[in-house]
Amino acid sequence: MEEKACNKIMTSKEILSQLPYSEPFLFVDEIDFVDENGVEGRYTFKKTSHFYQGHFKDYPITPGVLLTECCAQIGLVCLGIYLLKGRTKTSDINENTLQIAMSSSEMEFYLPVIPGETVKVVSEKKYFRFNKLKCNVRLFNSEEKLVCKGVLAGMFKQTSDGK
Amino acid sequence: MQERYQKLKEIVQIYLPDDVSADDIQLESNFTQELNINSANLVDIVLDVEDTFDIMLENEDMDGMLTVADALKIIDTKIADK
Repeated sequence: MEEKACNKIMTSKEILSQLPYSEPFLFVDEIDFVDENGVEGRYTFKKTSHFYQGHFKDYPITPGVLLTECCAQIGLVCLGIYLLKGRTKTSDINENTLQIAMSSSEMEFYLPVIPGETVKVVSEKKYFRFNKLKCNVRLFNSEEKLVCKGVLAGMFKQTSDGK
Repeated sequence: MQERYQKLKEIVQIYLPDDVSADDIQLESNFTQELNINSANLVDIVLDVEDTFDIMLENEDMDGMLTVADALKIIDTKIADK
């Protein structure tokens, strides 16, 4: 029972508060589910975002790189924060000492995402070993249709002295 | 021993960047400094090594795996301990 209490699920709020992003490059609104094996979260692309002015001219569509980024922030970083928390029982993860880097991405895109649309990211862990987290990610639109999917990997480094 | 070295070379080869050739892989080659393999791909090498030799590596093994020779030594030790 004691063991279980240590590995208590972090709330969506706790995870979001540890994210190293802020506006205008935060692409997570809410984490709906997280456990050892995966995570689900949502984000609404703001109609007012500046990139819609140029992507494309007179035809605003969310850039694929930002869909990938949304998948990475929810599917890799939020899950990584949760998994690291489970492994470091005593100390809290401090955002100042969490270093992250995307190491690979392979995505396929099927549908466009228009300004103002809410998307859901579903991520399944393939492995988290030697600081590398690799996941299968899928992004769905509000009609639950698959927008894009792929495999993302990132490195997580946590140091107590900020090294 | 020679066979293990050959198998290891075949694994490492997959993760070499374009500007490093398979002939550059020597026993004393440093994975990150000389073969320009990034830390993410070094993890892939370790995972492939585990599958190929049916062994498990720990974080300490990974920390001590700087060169090809280091990797071979770890592989030999793990196989001997099986």
